[in-house]
Amino acid sequence: MTPTDRTHRTVDVLVIGAGPAGLAVAARLAAAGVDRVEVLDREQRAGGIPRHCDHIGFGLRDLRRVMTGPDYARHHIAAAIRAGAVLRTGVAATGWAGPRTVDITGPTGLERITATAVVLATGARERPRGARLVPGTRPAGVFTTGQLQQAVHVHHQSVGRRAVIVGAERVSYSAVATLRRAGAGVVAMVTDQPRHQTHPARHLGIRLRHGVPLVTDATVAELTGRARLESVRLRHRDGRFAAIGCDTVVFTGDWIPDHELARSAGIALDPGTRGPATDAEFRTGAPGVFAVGNLLHPVETADIAALDGRFAAEPVLRHLAGVPWTPGPLPVRVEAPLLWISPNRLTPDGPRPPRGRFTLRTTRFLTRPVLTVSQDGRTLHRGRLPHTAAPNRPFHLPADWIAGADAHGGPVRITAG
Amino acid sequence: MTVTTTGDLPDEVYDVAIVGAGVVGAAIARELARYRLRIALVEASNDVGNGTSKANTAILHTGFDATPGTLEARLVREGYQRLTAYAAETGIPLEPLGALLVAWDGEQLAALPALAEKAVRNGYDETAILDADAVYAREPHLGPGALGALEVPGESIICPWTTTLAYATQAVRAGVALHLNCPAGAITTGADHHEIATPRGVLRTRHLVNAAGLYSDEINRRLGHEEFTVTPRRGQLIVFDKFARGLVDHILLPVPTALGKGVLVAPTVYGNVMLGPTAEELDDKTATGSSAEGLASLREKGARILPELLEEEVTAVYAGLRAATEHGDYQIHADPGRRYVAVGGIRSTGLTASMAIAAHVAELLVDCGLDPGPEREIEPVRMPTIGEAFPRPYQRADLIAADPAYGTVVCHCERVTRGEIRDALTATVPPGSLDGLRRRTRALAGRCQGFFCGAAVRAQFEAATAAQDRTEARR
Repeated sequence: MTPTDRTHRTVDVLVIGAGPAGLAVAARLAAAGVDRVEVLDREQRAGGIPRHCDHIGFGLRDLRRVMTGPDYARHHIAAAIRAGAVLRTGVAATGWAGPRTVDITGPTGLERITATAVVLATGARERPRGARLVPGTRPAGVFTTGQLQQAVHVHHQSVGRRAVIVGAERVSYSAVATLRRAGAGVVAMVTDQPRHQTHPARHLGIRLRHGVPLVTDATVAELTGRARLESVRLRHRDGRFAAIGCDTVVFTGDWIPDHELARSAGIALDPGTRGPATDAEFRTGAPGVFAVGNLLHPVETADIAALDGRFAAEPVLRHLAGVPWTPGPLPVRVEAPLLWISPNRLTPDGPRPPRGRFTLRTTRFLTRPVLTVSQDGRTLHRGRLPHTAAPNRPFHLPADWIAGADAHGGPVRITAG
Repeated sequence: MTVTTTGDLPDEVYDVAIVGAGVVGAAIARELARYRLRIALVEASNDVGNGTSKANTAILHTGFDATPGTLEARLVREGYQRLTAYAAETGIPLEPLGALLVAWDGEQLAALPALAEKAVRNGYDETAILDADAVYAREPHLGPGALGALEVPGESIICPWTTTLAYATQAVRAGVALHLNCPAGAITTGADHHEIATPRGVLRTRHLVNAAGLYSDEINRRLGHEEFTVTPRRGQLIVFDKFARGLVDHILLPVPTALGKGVLVAPTVYGNVMLGPTAEELDDKTATGSSAEGLASLREKGARILPELLEEEVTAVYAGLRAATEHGDYQIHADPGRRYVAVGGIRSTGLTASMAIAAHVAELLVDCGLDPGPEREIEPVRMPTIGEAFPRPYQRADLIAADPAYGTVVCHCERVTRGEIRDALTATVPPGSLDGLRRRTRALAGRCQGFFCGAAVRAQFEAATAAQDRTEARR
């Protein structure tokens, strides 16, 4: 055995990431008769983020039923295996040795797998405190929701007693539930927005049943405490400061795709999502490399990620059948205050995105905004959104205008007014 | 091998006690371990290298810009040679990237020849002055407006954590007793020995070395000396994502001018890029927090040096305190009457100079009456590979075949395996906290800062700590 010995293998489809999106695409492809579909996950257990979301609310859109995160993860694992996909956990993709050749490290050694199609399903993560440039000391007691949920639901570790939650979106309310499960009190939720960004009933439940106050228009100015967190100092929009005593702070939301593999392959990223730029058929700029799930849209709910996987199976099958690789030539870009759009490449005479629409995000609340689609100064579509667009929540733009775009023109621009 | 973290200190009289297990104290312990002496290395916190030594710019300096003729200039020059050799022998991550002192205005450009000349007076004659084209040829991502640079090929990046740990490990294996969680209190100096009060009982030693870093002036006063006062100088640092590593391939140093020093941009041996430090004079020796103003100022300066750097994600923000004094030189003083050596004012160059400082202190101890006896060989140490310059365990088929734990990646951002974490937890000098584990393995040091692996790493740490506690309880 020399230090660089590697086992070389080939498969038809290599899926990287066994969360809902990766499992769903693998299940479809295996069920469609693709011979060797292999799904890798670097964690010891497959299932992705839902495996540590121990609360109800998963599966509505893809399975038409509601279950807990762990049950939802188990369902998709079982479905992929039943369909004939090979699922391997505890193996990490560490880099590329060729356009569709991936290097793997696992307890059985080093491997090099070459696939006809690679599907990236590596998901997203929350920006931690450092990436948010929150000043102050570096005490213990600083979490993201992902770490908190694994600490409580998977490893049954103690967290603190008094917690502050940074964020007031869907995942922030999950963090409240997890903290309460762990016996910690939540002393405040803090958002830089003028109001919360979740379902009103969900917010009201937390506020009334558990008495958690919501501090709006405020950012975290500083963390204090030596060994353990002692307080978070908040800065209100009007310039006032206030300190909240706490031993735990959870930085929720502020998602960024886990795009390391995509980027290290030289695949172009979309400047808005920071995931790979993809078209309606989940094709990246690299021939034979697809991307699905929250790697593309940080983040949608798990069932939306799973639907990506389901919809991506057809394009992958076409690629396996030898259909030429012609990813969407036109970039689709959003302008502030919009944050991102997905998909973000299009082919005017190609298929519409799944469910006939694009998904978008805004950085601030927009009351029934008018969305305008234009290309080189020419308006392709204009329409009023029938509801308020809230930050950290999806809203949609119908895709029936794409045939009007000029395949040889400039980028398609989306503005909100 | 003796490493204690709790309980009463042993009832013995040491030949030498070193107060402070930073990079300097650990280097002194290792130097003295080459003699048959009873040595104690005493540290206030729960780990070695846990104060000033843990948050610095991680550069091995040639000493080209030291003030010629000073003790610092000599020890940095000597220390550079010694540590370069020691790093190769022990596996301390070190990359000789070379530095460019980039001039951004006429004044800075005009200062380069004098810096080159100063380097020669410091015994370093390998510098070269580059014109703007040559600078951009070496660093194409540099911001616009660079007029030239002084190239210093010998400047290197190094792992400060592994350095301190290697010294301490080798010292402990050679018989040095390391006492952690043992802050030094009142000191009584008798005719035969010193008695140092600590929360874990009295430590007795014939000779005393004060390597207490930020607190060295306070210890010094307890021995009746007032040569220096430490004014902590805070340096905030921003560590950027590994995707920034391709933007820069040298240590980009500022040109010192009358207006003070700017900030540097440097790759790290872990494959990140570091921007900093600030330089803030403070009163508080515990003020290791970052500030909004400090970070904003770093980002503004970094944007000029390497604009694309600011588009990358930030992995972490650190702040460290340098033990600056009112003097322009190291404050290393011997008091033979009291069998005492003070090692104060060791500024940011202390990492580079550490082995030379240690050799110098050993000589001073002899002047203080220490009879070291014959020198002996001590076992070399080999530290785990945590730098990017050599294949790491997750890339090693031979290691994984011998032990599959090296094939199980736990910390994905930094690609740290279960086997490496296990090794660190059972090493000669094990970590006292998750931060200590991070410094030994890089686990939790990556872009997700624990989102994916934080709970799993903590579980492995707590299991090992509980096992150690059970072992100690049985004793």
